[in-house]
Amino acid sequence: MRVSRLMGAAVAAGLLLSSAAACGGDDDGGSDGSTPAGGGALKGTTIEVAAKWTGQEEANFRKVLKAFEQKTGAKVNYASTGENTDAYLGPRIEAGNPPDVAILPQPGLMQQYAQKGALKPLDEDVVAQVGQNFSPYWKELGSSGGKAYGVIVKAAYKSILWYRPEAFDEAGVQPPAAWADLVKAAGTLQDAGTTPFTLAAGPQDSWTLTDWFENVYLSQAGPENYDKLAKHEIKWTDPTVGKALETLAEIWGKPDYLNGGVATATKTKFDESVTQVFGQQKAAMVYGGDFAAANISTTKAKVGTDAKVFAFPKAGDTPPAILGGDVGVAMKDGKGAQELMKFLASPEAGKVWAGLGGYLTPNKNVPPDAYSDPIAKQLIGQLQQSGDAARYDMSDLAPAAFGATPGKGEWEALRQFVMHPDDVKGTQAKLEAEAAKAYK
Amino acid sequence: MKARNEEVPPAATAGGAAAVDVPAARRPGARRGRERLTPPSWLAMAFLLPALLLLGFLVVYPIVYSVIRSFFDASGDGFVGADNYTGIFKGHNNLVAVRNTAIWVVVAPTIVTIVGLVFAVLTERIRWATVFKLVVFMPMAISFLASGVIFRLVYQMDPDKGVANAALVAIHDTFAQGTTYPGAGPRNGGDAPVREDGGAVVTVNSYGPGQSALVPLLKVKQQYLPKDAKPAAQPPAAKPGQLTGTVWFDFTRGGGGQQNTPNAGEVGLPGVKVEAVRDGKVVAKATTGDDGTFTMKKVPDGTYTIRLPKDNFTAAYRGAEWLGSTLITPAIIGSYLWVWSGFAMVLIAAGLAAIPRDALEAARVDGATEWQVFRRVTIPLLAPVLMVVMVTLVINVMKVFDLVYIIGGGDPNANVLALQMWTVSFGGGNDQGAGSAIAVLLFVLVLPAMLFNVRRLRQERK
Repeated sequence: MRVSRLMGAAVAAGLLLSSAAACGGDDDGGSDGSTPAGGGALKGTTIEVAAKWTGQEEANFRKVLKAFEQKTGAKVNYASTGENTDAYLGPRIEAGNPPDVAILPQPGLMQQYAQKGALKPLDEDVVAQVGQNFSPYWKELGSSGGKAYGVIVKAAYKSILWYRPEAFDEAGVQPPAAWADLVKAAGTLQDAGTTPFTLAAGPQDSWTLTDWFENVYLSQAGPENYDKLAKHEIKWTDPTVGKALETLAEIWGKPDYLNGGVATATKTKFDESVTQVFGQQKAAMVYGGDFAAANISTTKAKVGTDAKVFAFPKAGDTPPAILGGDVGVAMKDGKGAQELMKFLASPEAGKVWAGLGGYLTPNKNVPPDAYSDPIAKQLIGQLQQSGDAARYDMSDLAPAAFGATPGKGEWEALRQFVMHPDDVKGTQAKLEAEAAKAYK
Repeated sequence: MKARNEEVPPAATAGGAAAVDVPAARRPGARRGRERLTPPSWLAMAFLLPALLLLGFLVVYPIVYSVIRSFFDASGDGFVGADNYTGIFKGHNNLVAVRNTAIWVVVAPTIVTIVGLVFAVLTERIRWATVFKLVVFMPMAISFLASGVIFRLVYQMDPDKGVANAALVAIHDTFAQGTTYPGAGPRNGGDAPVREDGGAVVTVNSYGPGQSALVPLLKVKQQYLPKDAKPAAQPPAAKPGQLTGTVWFDFTRGGGGQQNTPNAGEVGLPGVKVEAVRDGKVVAKATTGDDGTFTMKKVPDGTYTIRLPKDNFTAAYRGAEWLGSTLITPAIIGSYLWVWSGFAMVLIAAGLAAIPRDALEAARVDGATEWQVFRRVTIPLLAPVLMVVMVTLVINVMKVFDLVYIIGGGDPNANVLALQMWTVSFGGGNDQGAGSAIAVLLFVLVLPAMLFNVRRLRQERK
C-alpha cells in the first residue's frame, strides 16, 4: 500500500518533469502599453529602451536617459535584454510588441532586423544629426539597403593590450610598437621568469581570439581587404588570412607564452584572464578592450598605475584601430523614439556619458576633455588619429552564427587553432566552411 | 476507496489528454441504469472544459505547432521536408551532441539509481540517518544554475582554485616530490652556451677535468626561486680530476647586465642535479649549492657534456584536465550525480521502508547472509520502485540543459540535444525550424518512458 502510493507520487513527479520537455517552443515577453502621444515637449510620452547593460553600465546609461527626460519631459523605461539580445528581442518582434528603441550589440543584428522589416528608418533630422557628428564609415555602418537605421551610441576600443608595468620594468622591456617587438618582448619576459600572456580562449569568450585576428589582419592586409573579408567577398582560404594566422601562431603557438599552457588558456574566461594578470600576477599582458578597466577595478590593481595600455602593435603597414560598439535603433513609430535617437546621436548625450566613465564614442564632436578617466583620453586620442582607417569589429559584422556564437563558427575555429597552431590550412578550410554556411 | 477515485483528475491533468478521455468516455454507459448519484455527463464536460481548453492551449497547441514548424526553414516560409531532422545527424558537432545525449541517458540514471540505492540501504543502519539523508538531499534544493556555477569552480584547472585538482595534486604530491625549476631553460634566441635536449638542458661545449663550466638558465619563475638562494658565484677553481661550474639565473632585474656570466644581482640556483655525460653514459654527478656552484670529483680524463637532467624541469603535477574534451561529459555527469542522488535516495528509502519485514526475517532465519538477503529479497521487492526512479531520471536526463550550459560554457564537446535545441533556435543559430526538429525528436524519445510510467500508474490502480 505504501509502496503504491509512493510510486504514484513518483510517477506524477516524473510526468511533471517531462511535461516541460514538450514546451520547447516560443515564449513572448510581457506586454505593456506604451503609446507615444506626440506633442511638443513629449510630456506624457513613455518610451521603452532595451539594452544589454547591467550594473555600473546600466546605472550610467540611466543617467544619460535622465538627462533626456529632463530635456523633453518624456518618461523612459529601461529594460535589460540579458546577454543574448536576439533571444530577448526576437520573440518580442514576432509578437508585434518590440520596445521603442533597442540598443543592439552588433550591426549584424541590425542588418538582420532591417531585412525583416522590424526597424523604423531614422527621421531626416536624426540623419542630419548623425552626419554632423560621425564620419561616413560609421554612418554607413548604421545603414541597410540605402536607408539609415542605426546610430553608434557607445563604442569599445579594441586595439589595445593591457600590461603590468611592474613586470615590464623587472624584465627591462618597453611597450612594443610593432609585432616583431611584441614577440621579442614576450621572449624577454619569459626569460625573466614572467609568463608573457594570459589568453581568454574559453568557448564562451573566444571573441578575444577574433579580436586578436582582426587587429593583425587589419594591420597586414589593410582596410580594403578587411572590408571585403567582413562581407565574405574574399574567402577565408585567402593567403592574407593564412599570413595573419601564421603571425598569430608566433604567440599563440608557444604554450610557454600562455599562462597555464594551452590546457588552461582554452578554458579561461575573459574576466579570469584579466584577474590572472592584475589580481594574481601570473602574467604580464592580456588582451582586452577599454572595457577591461571594469574587470581590473575588481582587483587591487589601479588602472593607470598598476595597469596600463599600449596600442596593439602593428603587424603590417596600418596601425590597427578596431572598434566594437552598440547600435541604437528605433523599432516603433512615434515621435518619442525618434527624439531619443536624435538625443543619443548628439554630442550632448556623449558629453554626459563621457563624464561618467567607461564610455567611448566615435562621435567627433565629443571633445577629449569631456572624458573623465585618463585611459579613455589616451584612447580617444589614438582613435581620432587613426581617422578613416578605423574599422568595426569584423566578427560582429558577420552573421551571429559565424561571428558571435560560443562553440561555433569563427570562435570555435580560432579556439581550435590555439590548440593546433601549426594547422593553418586546416583552420582556414574550417573557417571558410563555417562562413559559407552562415553567409547565405 | 472512493478517495482514490477522486485522485484521477489531478493526476491526469499532469499526464495529458489521453488519461482524461478514458473515464469521461466510460461514464455514460455505465451509469445509465443506476440511481443518479453523479451529475449528468454534459455537466461533467462543462466542468472539465476550462481545464481541457487550458491543456489544449498550453500543451497540445505548442506540440502540434512545433511539429509543423520543424518542417520549415529558418525564416518559417520555405517548406524543407525532413531536412531539419536529417540535419540533426549531420556534421561533427551535431553528432557529438547526439552521442553525448546517448551517454547521458545510459550512464547518468544508472549511476544515480545505484548510488541512491546504496545510500538508502546504508542509511537504514546508521543512527543519524535523518541528518545524513538531509545532507544528501540538500543539493536538490539548490538551483541547477547555482550547482553549475559551483561545479565550474570545482573543476577549475588551477589547483589553487579548483577543489577537484587541489585534491588530486595533494594526493599526488604525497607520493612524488615536486621538481625544482619547472619551465626553466636556455635563453630565447641568441647564442647561449646551453641548449635544450629532449627536456634536459645540455652545454654546447665539452669540458674535461680541471675545467669549469658556466650553465646559465632563464625562464625561472619567481615562485620557484628558493628563499635561501645566494648571489651567483664564479665556479670554484677546479683541481686536477675535478670538474666545477655554476648554474644560475642569468637575468638581471630590469634587463641589462652581461649575458652568460654571473653578474651582480643574479642569483644561483641551488639543488639542481648536474651530470657529466659522454656518449650517453653518466660518469659523474653533483648537486648545486646555495650559490649555484657545483664540484664533481674523480672525473676520469676526457671531455664531457654537462647535462642538467629532465627531472630538474618537468612541470609539477597540475591535476586532471576536467573540462578538457575527453573528461568534460563525465565531469558534468558527476555534478548531476551530486544533485540527483538525494532524490533517488529518498524515493528508494521510502520503498525500502515499505518492504514487509517478515520476508527479510524469514530469509535471515533460513540462514541467508546479509548480502544474500539484499541480493535475493530486497532488490526484487524494490524492483518496481527502482524502475520508476530510473525511468523518471531518463526522462529528466533527456532534457539536461542548465548544468551543461554553465559548466560546459559552450564547449562543443559537452553539447547535448537539449542545449543544441536552444543554441540552434535562440543562442545564435536563429533557426527555429531546426530547433523545433530537435524538440520533436526529444519529445519522441521521451514518449516511451512516459507511456511506461502511465501504464504503471494504471496497473497500480487496478
